[in-house]
Amino acid sequence: MNETPLPRTERPLPGRRAMLGVFAAAAGAGLVQPVAAAPAPTLTIGYVHWLHEVDTLSYIFRPAPDNGRAGAEVAINDNNTTGRFLNQNFALVTVEVHSDDDPVVALNSLIAKGIRLVITDRPAADVLKMADAGGPHGATIFNAGAAEDSLREEDCRGNLIHTAPSDNMLADALAQYLIWKRWPRWLLAYGEHPRDLRLAAAYRRAAKIFGAHIVAERQYKGKVGSRETDTGLIDLQEQLPVFTQNAPNYDVLVAADDNSVFAGYLPYRTWDARLVAGSAGLIPTSWDPNSEEWGGRQMQDRFVAYAHRFMTALDMNAWVAARMIGTAASYAQSLDPDKIMAYMRGADFQLGAYRGLSLSIREWNGQVRQAILLSDSGRLVVSVSPQPGFLHQRTVLDTLGTDKPETKCKLSLARKG
Amino acid sequence: MIRRRTVLLGLPPALMLASATSAEAALSGMAYASNEKDNTISVIDLAQMKTVKTVPTGQRPRGMDLTSDGGRLLVCLGDSNRIDILDTKSWKVVGSMDTPDPEYAALRQPGNNPLYVSNENNALVTVWNIDTQKMLVQMPTGVEPEGMAVSPDGQLIANTTETTSMAQFFSYATGKNLANVLVPPRPRWAAFTHDGREVWVSSELGGTVTVIDAKTYKVLDTIHFVVEGLRSTFIQPVGINITRDDKRAFVCLGPANRVAVVDVPERKVLSYVSTASKAFNATVKKYLLVGQRPWHANFTPDEKYLLTANGLSNDVSVIDVTRLRVINTVPVGQQPWMVLISPS
Repeated sequence: MNETPLPRTERPLPGRRAMLGVFAAAAGAGLVQPVAAAPAPTLTIGYVHWLHEVDTLSYIFRPAPDNGRAGAEVAINDNNTTGRFLNQNFALVTVEVHSDDDPVVALNSLIAKGIRLVITDRPAADVLKMADAGGPHGATIFNAGAAEDSLREEDCRGNLIHTAPSDNMLADALAQYLIWKRWPRWLLAYGEHPRDLRLAAAYRRAAKIFGAHIVAERQYKGKVGSRETDTGLIDLQEQLPVFTQNAPNYDVLVAADDNSVFAGYLPYRTWDARLVAGSAGLIPTSWDPNSEEWGGRQMQDRFVAYAHRFMTALDMNAWVAARMIGTAASYAQSLDPDKIMAYMRGADFQLGAYRGLSLSIREWNGQVRQAILLSDSGRLVVSVSPQPGFLHQRTVLDTLGTDKPETKCKLSLARKG
Repeated sequence: MIRRRTVLLGLPPALMLASATSAEAALSGMAYASNEKDNTISVIDLAQMKTVKTVPTGQRPRGMDLTSDGGRLLVCLGDSNRIDILDTKSWKVVGSMDTPDPEYAALRQPGNNPLYVSNENNALVTVWNIDTQKMLVQMPTGVEPEGMAVSPDGQLIANTTETTSMAQFFSYATGKNLANVLVPPRPRWAAFTHDGREVWVSSELGGTVTVIDAKTYKVLDTIHFVVEGLRSTFIQPVGINITRDDKRAFVCLGPANRVAVVDVPERKVLSYVSTASKAFNATVKKYLLVGQRPWHANFTPDEKYLLTANGLSNDVSVIDVTRLRVINTVPVGQQPWMVLISPS
């Protein structure tokens, strides 16, 4: 377990360094206004960062070691860019944990420092443990990584905020687009991992809600020839057509493969000439480094200049978490975690996050409502859901994921009591 | 192709033709639309109501300003990291300023100098002398500065920071940051009233326009917009144009595809602070349906017409300001961001 504060001095905001010379030169003219002479009060946010190796089928999509964390760091810089005018300073303390480390130990080390707002990218079970351990200390956990709907539903906690979209939200976002395209017949392919089964359930649910028809289901068992073997491509070319052979007529193959075991191999290898969506092909996601609309270009530029790589969905989820904290602190005019959380959960809270409609919190289960991008496997953004024509009495964003009448979360009742 | 919106009014053909002709007869001069996607400026002859010239530019032209005589057009080229100065007769580049990711720039008047530039990626406003094309100074701002406005007396500089939701005020004389006013999310634009007493700031995601007292920096009013049959989330105010008498403002509502007409019949100055909204009493009179996603607009010099740049339908709508009707639509290049009109 390693603890590392944000190395801000080593990585200044892009461009500023290049312009420092001019800044100094201009100072002679007496026109420069230096910002904030006295040190501002500081709010320190924690980040429990999961260091682990991820196998991806595509070599170029292997996540960087600072995946997620870099998003939070850019957000801290953004918070401070605002904070210097509002006399608020923000810092990030990251604790890195490996797969077999206890995240509660990491959380407790942050709580011991007085930190009460903690972002994490650990899996669902650990997020729950952290929420339960942090609750008595008044800590709020921001879940940036885990998509399990159970965390928002039967296992929901009052001190959990989910910036990661849930499986149901992602499945609904894709379903809306496929229905809009009038491609309602799906062949559902899923893997063996428990996460794959949950994702498959989310697609079944989405099909039912939006009027798609799952014509058949296939489970992929075992491992496909990996990219490391010299004969891999031959194997794939033989295996995957057979896996998809003799399916009833369908429009799109929807793949539920959370651990990148087989779905990436499906495009161009199905028995029938069909499109692939879900975990490969057309992918629903909270961010894509190609998203340029709604000012997204500025976010991408700022991120690349800071982290020297492209911004992933996890980076965005962590950025959203830290910016929610910074934004609530600005408007609440306070660095007190209680006041920040009260503002964040209030009716006025909105965060602009480069996806057109602003983000806010579903008060019934702590999920951050957000638009979902449909990415052509990280090449281009194809569309953004909610799709036109899918309406909702509150906000179209609530057409994605579990809505208030369906929720199993009893948070609001608990809060009243 | 020119779509004559007057056709929709249901008048007999003869009358229709007459009204269209008389309406357009008053129009003359040139308008310039910056097309952010195809890297051009469309030059519109307002007498003919069509694009008569397409000027290639550097990459991603968005914000523009004109010198007071209309002779020079300053174009922010975000992806080329520079601002070009174009001669509006020869359309040659007569000057250039290298500055990272400029989104919008406003000239201080009178005198056409200096130029205040929002450097979107750098959280800076840079200040330039456009004669020498040298940077004079830079002022740190919040994240993603965009809207820039200089008060009519030239003393107060207003800036909006999109991501950190502030309207920021700077002194022209000292460069000092005077005030930072939090407004609803994603403020895109700032506009001074002509009497210099107020600054109107649009919040794209907040769906509001905040009216700020330019002396006390207190919020006088927050204007909301409601379009029947349209979700509030699609109402995203951006550009603001205020008439010279300060009694009416036109607010471009982006994906709502409308321009809101806001009336301010009277201002009870004395009670500004205590009962702001009552004193201010701004009302939305009308919503004018224009092309898709209008972001910025500008008046003709006589203030009889307002032109809007419609980013998603690639055209410019012409609004008759007296009758509050859209009278024409002029096709331009791809994704027009802003439209300016020559003063003569």
